Amino acid sequence: MSAAAEAHPHHGPPPVHYSSRVSPSVLGMFLFIASEIMLFGAFFTVYFFDRVVNHGVNGHWPPDGFHRPAFVAGVNTVILVSSSFTMHWADSSIKKGNRNGLRAGMVLTFLLGLTFLLTQVIEYHRIGFNTSDTSFAATFFGLTGLHGAHVFIGLTILGVMTIRSFRGHFSPEHHHGIELGGIYWHFVDVMWIVVYVTVYLL
Amino acid sequence: MRNPFRSEADAFRFVWLTIGYFALIVLGEAISTWVGVSVFVVLTAGALWVLFGRKTPKLPASKAPASAPPVEHRMLVVANETVGGMELLAEIRTRAAGRSVTVLVVCPALNSSLRHWASDEDDARAATLERLDRSIAAMRAAGVDAAGVVGDGDPIQAIDDALRTFGPDELLISTYPAGRSHWLERGVVERARRRFDLPLTHVVVDPDGADPH
Repeated sequence: MSAAAEAHPHHGPPPVHYSSRVSPSVLGMFLFIASEIMLFGAFFTVYFFDRVVNHGVNGHWPPDGFHRPAFVAGVNTVILVSSSFTMHWADSSIKKGNRNGLRAGMVLTFLLGLTFLLTQVIEYHRIGFNTSDTSFAATFFGLTGLHGAHVFIGLTILGVMTIRSFRGHFSPEHHHGIELGGIYWHFVDVMWIVVYVTVYLL
Repeated sequence: MRNPFRSEADAFRFVWLTIGYFALIVLGEAISTWVGVSVFVVLTAGALWVLFGRKTPKLPASKAPASAPPVEHRMLVVANETVGGMELLAEIRTRAAGRSVTVLVVCPALNSSLRHWASDEDDARAATLERLDRSIAAMRAAGVDAAGVVGDGDPIQAIDDALRTFGPDELLISTYPAGRSHWLERGVVERARRRFDLPLTHVVVDPDGADPH
């Protein structure tokens, strides 16, 4: 082994030094979650404001003539939660050095995510109302659409992760890309559960 | 605050906690609206206490290695293309003469902005590592106890990183002469002088003899 390699054997940027009380990765994740909470929080605020105001007028929610497809969305929820399982399986597999498990987990996660998104698009076509049909419709599409955009971004990330996993870029020692993508995907899952319960069930 | 998204495993666990949280609320709401509200209040208070109220173990305090005993002089050398320069080697040998010196050579992995933002660092790091290898070998052949690392692309950041793990007594920055050196153009030496409370020597290396190999 070369002289420099002896002194600095790892691949990639220099190791993180914990010079401050918060490590960069944790700080970054805090900032990301904070920004997402503010973004979704703004949409939820509009939704609940609309709901409180219009609930008083009509006496029930959603307004007359609107039906929320809770069953289809429920099936979609199961699909998305399942994708969290497969994502966790992929991450656990690479930590144990099981590259086949990683690849299978990533492909399944991607396919489940894609199924979720396509189902949502089909649901939009069949739902029977549009964004301009009352404020309920606008907030409904706003919240579910915002989440859909997150799923689309997540699928892009998952796609890159899947390709990289087939190219052998990850190992038990180096799988930061899987770890971060997995965190994002679980976050998208958590946000859907919040959206599903508040928009479709309650 | 306890970060529920600290790792993929933590985030996966949080998915299940979220499902449980909302399942109980929906169940309570199915019984009656007020039961649902009560469940929501109790669970939310509990969640906030877990997230914000509970003491979490702190990261181990970061500590630079204890400063070297006075008999050993520790020298931090920062150079990139000039790392193999004869002037630099001569300067290190002069300073090492008659005393025990440990040298850490930090080579920032210089890269283009586009490649940096695309995280395409492999070629830059490989080229830097190659130069570093040759330089370390030359120093060891000259009897200097030297080790090397490839550092951050920003030389000031690379010094900052090295200071935390190495604890040097002095700093040597090697560049090409003014007019040829990007580091001098960017004021790296002056910024390092202002920022780091260490004796700093600027070594100028002749471009024609920078890498004798």
